Amino acid sequence: MDNRSRGKIIKVSGPLVIAKGMRDAEMYDVVEVSDKKLIGEIIEMHGDEASIQVYEETAGLGPGEEVVSRGSPLSVELGPGLISGIFDGIQRPLDKLVETEGSNITRGAFAYALDREQEWEFEAELEPGATVIGGDVLGIVQETVLLAHRIMVPPNLSGKIIELKSGRYKVTDTIGLLEDDKGVRHELSLMQKWPVRIGRPYKEKVSPAEPLITGQRIIDTFFPVAKGGTAAVPGPFGSGKTVIQHQLAKWAEADVVVYIGCGERGNEMTDVLNEFPRLDDPKTGEPLMKRTILIANTSDMPVAAREASIYTGITIAEYFRDMGYSVSIMADSTSRWAEALREMSGRLEEMPGEEGYPTYLGSRLANFYERAGMVRCQGSDDRLGVLTAIGAVSPPGGDLSDPVAQSTLRIVQVFWSLDSALAYRRHFPAINWLTSYSLYSDKIDRWMNENVTPRWSTLRQDALKLLQEESELEEIVRLIGHDALSDGDRLKLEAARSLREDFLHQNSFDEIDTFTSLEKQHRMLELLMTWYYEATKALANGVQYHKLEEMPVRDELARLKMVPEDRIVDRAAELNAQMTRELSALNLGGR
Amino acid sequence: MAREYRTIEEVAGPLMLVRGVENVKFDELAEIELPNGEVRHCKVLEIDGTDALVQLFESSIGINVDESKVRFLGRGQELAVSRDLLGRVFDGMGRPIDGGPALIPEAMRDINGTPINPAARDYPNEFIQTGVSAIDGLNTLVRGQKLPIFSASGLPHNMLAAQIARQAQVLNTEDEFAVVFAAMGITFEESDFFISDFRNTGAIERAVMFINLADDPAIERISTPRMALTAAEYLAFDLEMHVLVLMTDITYYAEALREISAARKEVPGRRGYPGYLYTDLASLYERAGRIKGNRGSITLVPILTMPDEDKTHPIPDLTGYITEGQVILSRELLRKGLRPPVDVLPSLSRLKDKGIGTGKTRADHADTMNQLFAAYSRGKDAKELEIILGAEALSEVDRIYAKFSDEFEERYVSQGFTTNRTIEETLNLGWELLSILPKNELKRIRDSFIEQYYIEQREG
Ligand SMILES: Nc1ncnc2c1ncn2[C@@H]1O[C@H](COP(=O)(O)OP(=O)(O)OP(=O)(O)O)[C@@H](O)[C@H]1O
Ligand SMILES: [Mg+2]
Repeated sequence: MDNRSRGKIIKVSGPLVIAKGMRDAEMYDVVEVSDKKLIGEIIEMHGDEASIQVYEETAGLGPGEEVVSRGSPLSVELGPGLISGIFDGIQRPLDKLVETEGSNITRGAFAYALDREQEWEFEAELEPGATVIGGDVLGIVQETVLLAHRIMVPPNLSGKIIELKSGRYKVTDTIGLLEDDKGVRHELSLMQKWPVRIGRPYKEKVSPAEPLITGQRIIDTFFPVAKGGTAAVPGPFGSGKTVIQHQLAKWAEADVVVYIGCGERGNEMTDVLNEFPRLDDPKTGEPLMKRTILIANTSDMPVAAREASIYTGITIAEYFRDMGYSVSIMADSTSRWAEALREMSGRLEEMPGEEGYPTYLGSRLANFYERAGMVRCQGSDDRLGVLTAIGAVSPPGGDLSDPVAQSTLRIVQVFWSLDSALAYRRHFPAINWLTSYSLYSDKIDRWMNENVTPRWSTLRQDALKLLQEESELEEIVRLIGHDALSDGDRLKLEAARSLREDFLHQNSFDEIDTFTSLEKQHRMLELLMTWYYEATKALANGVQYHKLEEMPVRDELARLKMVPEDRIVDRAAELNAQMTRELSALNLGGR
Repeated sequence: MAREYRTIEEVAGPLMLVRGVENVKFDELAEIELPNGEVRHCKVLEIDGTDALVQLFESSIGINVDESKVRFLGRGQELAVSRDLLGRVFDGMGRPIDGGPALIPEAMRDINGTPINPAARDYPNEFIQTGVSAIDGLNTLVRGQKLPIFSASGLPHNMLAAQIARQAQVLNTEDEFAVVFAAMGITFEESDFFISDFRNTGAIERAVMFINLADDPAIERISTPRMALTAAEYLAFDLEMHVLVLMTDITYYAEALREISAARKEVPGRRGYPGYLYTDLASLYERAGRIKGNRGSITLVPILTMPDEDKTHPIPDLTGYITEGQVILSRELLRKGLRPPVDVLPSLSRLKDKGIGTGKTRADHADTMNQLFAAYSRGKDAKELEIILGAEALSEVDRIYAKFSDEFEERYVSQGFTTNRTIEETLNLGWELLSILPKNELKRIRDSFIEQYYIEQREG
């Protein structure tokens, strides 16, 4: 018969099922549980007993029911049809399930991740006779206006192309034949499969040095993330983690975005589903949905599938990286993933580590973030692929001593620290400029100096220093009041306030403010800092402080945010001139 | 088929071990028959070979290991639903306690429900007018939202909840409206307050109540909110009504959960609450929402009293991580005499942005909302400074802000529990208050709105 091992349930405890008679099954094999064919995965083997995490509700299961192994690990389908899709943690297409099952998710529901009927136009780029290695591009399927889906030789294959033809194909159709060096022929198709818990191979990692432009001022200017880098956004509830992740999914410069809603709200996924098709990519003018893939395992969906969702997402992201694209992955929230891990670990009666989390929490997290990076992809053409990973962390009470936050901070290079005090004041994004950091900033400063303005690093350093001084001065004000301040200190406070309100504060829900190009960020920062530098000089020159504070140009500076991208250069020049005029009038008259 | 066993091995708190069972399923419902014929309910928590670990829904008092019988029913816990739910009062297990007849079921529904497919959800974006300015103007509630009230013992959260239930309406619609009320562990007086309030205003006709009081078995509380949500789902998605679900008090619910977890000797999470508290609460809260192609909606307002008034306590903390904002009540404001004592700064409705503006409330709503927040926050800072350093330390502008913040609290927030303001009234009041400030301070409002609504102060 078949080699699929069959066993019987002996125990059911929530999402954990134990079956015996499974001696031939392997760790991480996917199994079908009971005649309802619920999908599960073997996560522990003891003799012939397998511990299985079941990705669906287990109510109604009992001892004696059958468990059948599929003889292969949990894998995702990779090929045309992924883009614009919404999948659950084990890659079931949720939009298709609405059609077949209705508005609620029923157990044992099944649909292929990639549509088996849809035909795609495949344009071959290689001729029969070509020698290829894993990763070589066979041809292109223009999946959406924004994405040329490169059909690649699967990672573990190499040899000679025997046949390859352009044409219309379904994902399972044979598009060609490849003969390996042992003379074995392999059918090629538009679709590949890959096990989610194993990173897809690449030639080598390359150290990231270019910024991922996000259009978010505090990020790009102060705490940039590199293409291929890793970042974490920890913060208490309501501090803006999801909004930031949505903003990055919308505006960060990427060819493909994978957004994982992991144990979070259903409505937030709906929000993306509604909004992204209506928003246009600033670069191409096409709807953002045409480069986006959603993985949704919301908090009310089964917790074991939540654990898998992170791996499903990152494997899909790696696949597009392998094509030589820049891919961003957002995971909201990795804390909910860790809780799923903890729940399974508890049921397995493993020795708990800190706060009940399994002792392997740190290594699993590292494993996930390590799959990000800038890499030289497999294939003969040495293309570069980029995978940038950004994870939200939801520590209990916002307390960063939480094991998930701590383990994450040990790994990631960028830390955007969300601050509830800022969120209460409706200062968004509530990224605290005193505690956040980016370990990429030196490299990126260099890039900015070369590509934006040679003054970049100076402006940035001065601005950060000013904010630092503000917090020290505020301490003094709290103790002894405003009156004790010198005019120089007042000027600092005022310049810092303006930096905060007119530059760092950015409204994600305003049509113009939601995205700021580097050019515009540069102009804004330059003008605000110029006022500070020049006003400092004027003060030394004897100009009265209040006259500087009341300079009419400052109201205009405060409105810079709202200046559309195409007018910013002109407007900045006008304001610069106005500032110079006002200052020289003061410098002349103010003595 | 029902299978009966007399093999109860042990009873410990809310848990019971039954040995030698066959064909018993995980999460299956069972009945325990006591020697005196009394029947209680329980469900299977874990099934290990022929051992079934069951969780009692009711008290374990009087269960006799040798003489009690356990009958497995081959199904999960269910609620009978029909339109006749409206106007009825049930206990926490769904049994009528209003003296009325048993319900003739239209359908039987598993009280655990099934997750809504995120691709089938419709985004909540219809403004609900609660008549409470602190909510409508600044923390706007929309249909299908889950917005909890974070309170503490001794604060008038019930008054506010009842006010919302009484006044809530969606503008320009004829759709049917219903209230589902779940009481978990509250006192008779509190529960009676709601029942009489609903009765006096006639709201009871359109209400369904599930009442588990403080002296009812704590363990029944696990089922109570699920009963209520199952009723709400039927009314909302079968009968296409707009359902407002009030649940109070989530804190007692979570304590019951902790009790079971402790009895199972699970590794405790923070403050002894189980590690799956987040997921468990989410399985309740996420049942709120709207579904594409369906007119109905479930709007959920859970009420919880924060232990030690600590917002980082696991119950408010995890609730905040699931719900779409929170309305926070403050003892300090209550002491100042504010009714309702809504602390608007840390309160937040996350869905407000999509429920306000042209065609929903008014075009200037978003701008004025942001400005009111900013001004109030600045005014409060000024007042704090004033306390430390004296009024002289304040700048001229800060003095105006301090005045603004006083008037804002008195007039905008403290409207009382019976005043029902239209959104127009709320917005206009906002402008009256903003007009205390010099025009050039209104940096968050577009000029056109300032021209239209700003009220010039008369000279002198
Ligand atoms: N950049 C922003 N601009 C404007 N408003 C914002 C911004 N960021 C956050 N907000 C406001 O804060 C609210 C909460 O933000 P968000 O949902 O991102 O919080 P969160 O940290 O993800 O919370 P949770 O952990 O509960 O999911 C938003 O609904 C919005 O009102
Ligand atoms: Mg969030």
